Amino acid sequence: MAEYVIKAEKLTKKFGDFIAANAITFEVEKGEVFGFLGANGAGKTTAMRMLCGLSKPTSGKATIAGFDIYRQTEQIKKNIGYMSQKFSLYEDLTVLENIRFFGGIYGLDNQQLKSKTGQLLHELGLEQEAKKLVSEIPLGWKQKLSFSVAVLHSPAIVFLDEPTGGVDPVTRRQFWDMIYDAAHRGVTVFVTTHYMDEAEYCNRISIMVDGKIEALDTPSGLKERFNAPSIDEVFYQLARGAKRVE
Amino acid sequence: MKQFLAFVRKEFYHVLRDKKTLLILFGMPIAQILIFGFALTSEVKNSRIVIMDQSRDRGTQQIISKIEASRYFDIQQDILSPPQVEAAFKKGKIKMAVIFPRGFYEDLMHQHSARVQVIADASDPNIATTITNYISAIILEYQQDLNETLQQPYRITAETRMLYNPQQKSVHSMVPGVMALVLMLVCVMMTAISIVREKETGTMEVLLVSPLRPMMVIVAKAIPYLLLSFINIVTILVLSVALLQLPVNGSILLLLAVSTLYIITCLSLGILISIKTATQQAAMTISLMGMLLPTIMLSGFMFPVENMPVALQVVSNIVPAKWFNIIIKAVMIKGLGLGAIWKEVLILTGMTVFFLVVSLKSFKIRLA
Amino acid sequence: MRTLKFLLQKEFRQILRNSMIRLAIFVMPVVQLIIIPLAADYEVKNINLAVTDHDHSAYSQQLVSKITASGYFRLTSYNNSFKEAFKAIENDKADLILEIPRGFEKDLIRENEQKLFVAVNAINGTKAGLGGAYLGEIIKDYNNDIRLKLVVPESFNPFPVIDITSSNWFNAEMNYYFFMVPGILAILVTMVGGFMSALNIVKEKEAGTIEQINVTPIKKHHFILGKLIPFWVLGNIIFSIGLIVARVVYGIVPVGSLPVLYACISMYLLAILGFGLLISTFCETQQQAMLIMFFFMMIFILMGGLYTPIESMPGWAQVIAQFNPAGYLIEVIRMVVLKGSGFRDITPHLVKLGIFAIVLNGWAVFNYKKTS
Repeated sequence: MAEYVIKAEKLTKKFGDFIAANAITFEVEKGEVFGFLGANGAGKTTAMRMLCGLSKPTSGKATIAGFDIYRQTEQIKKNIGYMSQKFSLYEDLTVLENIRFFGGIYGLDNQQLKSKTGQLLHELGLEQEAKKLVSEIPLGWKQKLSFSVAVLHSPAIVFLDEPTGGVDPVTRRQFWDMIYDAAHRGVTVFVTTHYMDEAEYCNRISIMVDGKIEALDTPSGLKERFNAPSIDEVFYQLARGAKRVE
Repeated sequence: MKQFLAFVRKEFYHVLRDKKTLLILFGMPIAQILIFGFALTSEVKNSRIVIMDQSRDRGTQQIISKIEASRYFDIQQDILSPPQVEAAFKKGKIKMAVIFPRGFYEDLMHQHSARVQVIADASDPNIATTITNYISAIILEYQQDLNETLQQPYRITAETRMLYNPQQKSVHSMVPGVMALVLMLVCVMMTAISIVREKETGTMEVLLVSPLRPMMVIVAKAIPYLLLSFINIVTILVLSVALLQLPVNGSILLLLAVSTLYIITCLSLGILISIKTATQQAAMTISLMGMLLPTIMLSGFMFPVENMPVALQVVSNIVPAKWFNIIIKAVMIKGLGLGAIWKEVLILTGMTVFFLVVSLKSFKIRLA
Repeated sequence: MRTLKFLLQKEFRQILRNSMIRLAIFVMPVVQLIIIPLAADYEVKNINLAVTDHDHSAYSQQLVSKITASGYFRLTSYNNSFKEAFKAIENDKADLILEIPRGFEKDLIRENEQKLFVAVNAINGTKAGLGGAYLGEIIKDYNNDIRLKLVVPESFNPFPVIDITSSNWFNAEMNYYFFMVPGILAILVTMVGGFMSALNIVKEKEAGTIEQINVTPIKKHHFILGKLIPFWVLGNIIFSIGLIVARVVYGIVPVGSLPVLYACISMYLLAILGFGLLISTFCETQQQAMLIMFFFMMIFILMGGLYTPIESMPGWAQVIAQFNPAGYLIEVIRMVVLKGSGFRDITPHLVKLGIFAIVLNGWAVFNYKKTS
């Protein structure tokens, strides 16, 4: 039997009359790369924020790494990494200072910090830039750095909210290599994206329309079901009927 | 023109959508008027004092009841020993101690002379002077009562008339100050920050590539604040007249006209700051430290400029609020016309032109 | 503890790296402490006096020269008509008019009594009040001089006279700076502490970094402490710089003990920083935070008794003033610096500041939500 690290059942979030996420139900297996697709405003970010414990659901159930998202948000936070849509490392700290800070507050000890930092800088090829302020390095590097910081404490799950927005194709490719590396180490990856080619890289994908999950399968399964040559086409068929357009 | 109006509308949306900011912007002048009008007064009253009466005779009792009847003093307790007096001062409980020596009335009646010792807490020298004067007056009044039948020769008395502000309320000098301050805040600080904010978030570039002339984009941002300020001015005036019974002795039209001139001066200053700075924090620090403090300190509405060292008096000339302060007092309270204030009006106009020209110049350089 | 160490390291780095903040912390207070007391000089001197002299006698000359010799007044216009003098008031060339009636000297001797007229421009209440009082004092003195000259001293004084000896404690030279500088120092600490702490969290909200913090297992109170401690340290540094400036520039040496002073400022900083943090939890943008903070700062300063005594306020205003932490600090600093009050004397103030600190910080922690 597969081990599920994310289980969501009828998870709902309302803002007044507006139902941002409507009874979404799905499971994610350990070590999976799970793609979360949807047009702008479909409710992806809302769903993700609930799973990370940043936002309280209106109703429904969910567990993350076995912890309840209502009562055990702090335990959840120890077991996840998060990279938000908006770049959110400290621009006025250096690369090294950012890594040490986030490692430190996740409870890494000095020795771990030292070895992890060295390893990370080496992998990213940022050794030269370690002492530069984050505001001075290019966006592609910033995004890769953000991801590395999000998985620094070896979380069970990492949530990535549109991690490759505005990044050039080469860097995107490198970024996905990093995601696969993490998945190989057993980290479950939960990623939202707009790029349909990226969706193809995922083990399974779900497509959200108007706050609901309309389809959930492996990329090939979806293409088969909708009789479409590409995920792009599947997405188009589903999203065409959306009422919420930004 | 149509495009320009579209911009102005967009700016209004920004301003009106932020309810917290609006609340403060309109609440600020109201709170200030209430505080200045009702809470703050330069009159010193209810000063807490102690009396150490070692005599406890008819004379001291009569003086004490006179002090008790005065609204200037609030007698705390009877104290019997000098160390207690010092302790009371150190606890910050009292502003003054009055000490009657033993046999006060007897000395007064038989020796025709008696002593009273008055000790004031001179941490605040002005209050010490004032309440020492009050207490002397009360004691002298008692002395006069005793001598009622006997007239002193060659009396010179002074009859004092308080012009403009018979009750010596502080509002009269404060209202122009409140206006200057609120306008500084809304026009200079809010305008500067809201423009710099667009620079920080990058939306400014989107606006600058629009077909509207770049300087017009900036001007459009200033317009909602012009209107807000005008509403604030009217609010302050209405409140001062209705609530504080402050007279408007001069022409209302002239008053509103000069206020508008000052608003425009402030707006152009705000625009200048926004063009010269890159971050909200910088704009804030410059407006707060560089503009608001001088407005409070050097415009003469709280502290008389003529008391300051010459260097500061010279510096005060470049503070727009100083000139506005003079104009408002002249028009509103003294009821003078344009003839009396043309010099100040000219100075403010000159400042406005200067700010706008420098803004325009630096803006062009930045774009090039 | 370890988490806190990392938080503090980060905050200190960010604060000290920001040149605006460095300026606001290390340069501004010094400049302000040097300039503001010079400007905020409420000591009334150089009152502009216009004299309308209808008499032009020896007596009127003597009176005028006695007034100008007092040092409080500056004779700016000397003329024959009240109209002219009034014009001087309208042009702000004069604050006071003294009108000496025709026949002042002759009639004083003949009728035994004379009246002088004083008109005061009362738009500025303080100046008017003190100016009028000074002038009254001088006229009374002059009256005594005249009397001494005209009346043959009798060997027996038939009038009982009360001799009032007044002494000024704690500031014998009546130096106004001694009063203002400690108060302004209190305001500076309040302003820098309040604004810095209010803007700090909001800045993280605007930049989005707060999200990243919120998904970490950092405890709320650690986060708040991480924000509080750096500004608490900086506040103490500003205060120390201020004490040095007060000593070097104004020659103010605290009469009371330094431990007492630092106990007050430490407690107070906890309260005002908590207030800043509380404000920041309510705001989304720096502009909002700054404006709201400014609103409260204004009330704190005006109602804090910096230059108008709290006791003179009406009852309702005194009740509001009780909830103003800055008022307690201004009072306590003046007490310790000028009067040498000790721990025992200021315990009530310390307790009240402590209550402020607990309530404000508790509220801020409660209000800071990691989850929306």
